[in-house]
Amino acid sequence: MSPISRGFRGRHGTPAGAEGRVPPGQYVTDGFPVLSAGPTPHTPLDRWTFSIRRNGAELKSWSWEEIRELPAETVIADIHCVTRWSKLDTEWRGVSMDTLLGAVEHDEGYILAFCDGGYTTNLPIADVTDGQAWVAYEYDGEPLHPEHGGPARLLVPHLYFWKSAKWVRGVELLDHDEPGFWETYGYHMYGDPWKEQRYTGD
Amino acid sequence: MEGTAVHRRLTWQIAAVTGTIDETPTVRTIQLAVPDWPGHRAGQHLDVRLTAEDGYTAERSYSIASPPGEPVAITVERLKDGEVSPYLTEELRVGDQLELRGPVGGYFVWEATDAGPLLLVAGGSGIVPLRAIIRERQRSGSDASVRLLYSSRTLADVIYRDELDAYRDGIAVRYTLTRAQPPGWTGYAGRVNPALLAEVAWPAHDNSLAFVCGPTSFVETVAEGLVGLGYQPDRVKTERFGASGGR
Repeated sequence: MSPISRGFRGRHGTPAGAEGRVPPGQYVTDGFPVLSAGPTPHTPLDRWTFSIRRNGAELKSWSWEEIRELPAETVIADIHCVTRWSKLDTEWRGVSMDTLLGAVEHDEGYILAFCDGGYTTNLPIADVTDGQAWVAYEYDGEPLHPEHGGPARLLVPHLYFWKSAKWVRGVELLDHDEPGFWETYGYHMYGDPWKEQRYTGD
Repeated sequence: MEGTAVHRRLTWQIAAVTGTIDETPTVRTIQLAVPDWPGHRAGQHLDVRLTAEDGYTAERSYSIASPPGEPVAITVERLKDGEVSPYLTEELRVGDQLELRGPVGGYFVWEATDAGPLLLVAGGSGIVPLRAIIRERQRSGSDASVRLLYSSRTLADVIYRDELDAYRDGIAVRYTLTRAQPPGWTGYAGRVNPALLAEVAWPAHDNSLAFVCGPTSFVETVAEGLVGLGYQPDRVKTERFGASGGR
């Protein structure tokens, strides 16, 4: 039973159209806050690739031009950051992970996304297939800004946004779940915002 | 990157407010007694939950202002149009209860065993976790040399000024005031830029460990500036406040 915070009223009001769309403990923002552990990397596009790996060996790789030639989808989604902001109706464009993972044979249960700057995050394959995840390179009709993960980031809107790894460069296929960067530092292995899975054990 | 896995579940607990300190006209430190606090490391944060009479709740994260081994304290800046910070800085009184859980975050932390001199760069209330790091350096008896560059709007906005001014051996504190400088001001003026960083920062070859905390644009500028000076990206740890002032 939570104690009443004497004199606290709170803002209550959910913005129009947001009813039922804001997970517990979140608030709606119009801004686009940034959360990163270190400096923003700047990889030139002519050196950028997206790879699928197994045991560190590359199974398939796309250059920037090649990935831009793959069929792209426009995605409109609500996103939820573990630091408590939610942003509704964000618009992205990118390549479905179904398209990318479909290029290799695989029966693993998990991926570890890896990124410029050394960042990693783990996800079940079941959460990045069937139209649930993309490698996004446009936000709001513009090339994705480096601060927000450009040239390309993972987009997995149904999980807390740290799973939508910025500056993504590929995924490692894994037969077991392995913690990524924030997961090693006490954040939840799965990160379902509707269950408030913020930290280990939530 | 190595980390210490946290496998303990973070449960909500009830803390009591034991003291408040008005640091500036808009910033207040809240000292807390937390009966079952598991301990924390310098640089970590905690979550606060407020509950209104009708059951409505709001949660926010705040950097811990105190070093390990001292009672838990947070320092909160009142944000215009904020939902939680006006309550914490204006309404909350000694004896009130506050629900919290933590500590959270294991990357933006400093321990006395970390190698290299320390470069701390703060923008506004970004000083809070860096102050915990300086106090941990003092508490642990570490001889790590520290340089702090602290950017504030005006002198009146400088948080922990008396404490920071009193530091001597091994700790060099440099201020820059971006909006207005008092007559006779001998510190820096203007926003932190690459030239100022080059003047204040340890040379990259010293293998300095940098902690940068502040608003997003400030952190972007400083982190990029340090990489430009030759700092390895994995020696530059950042913590950013959301553009919406979510922290």
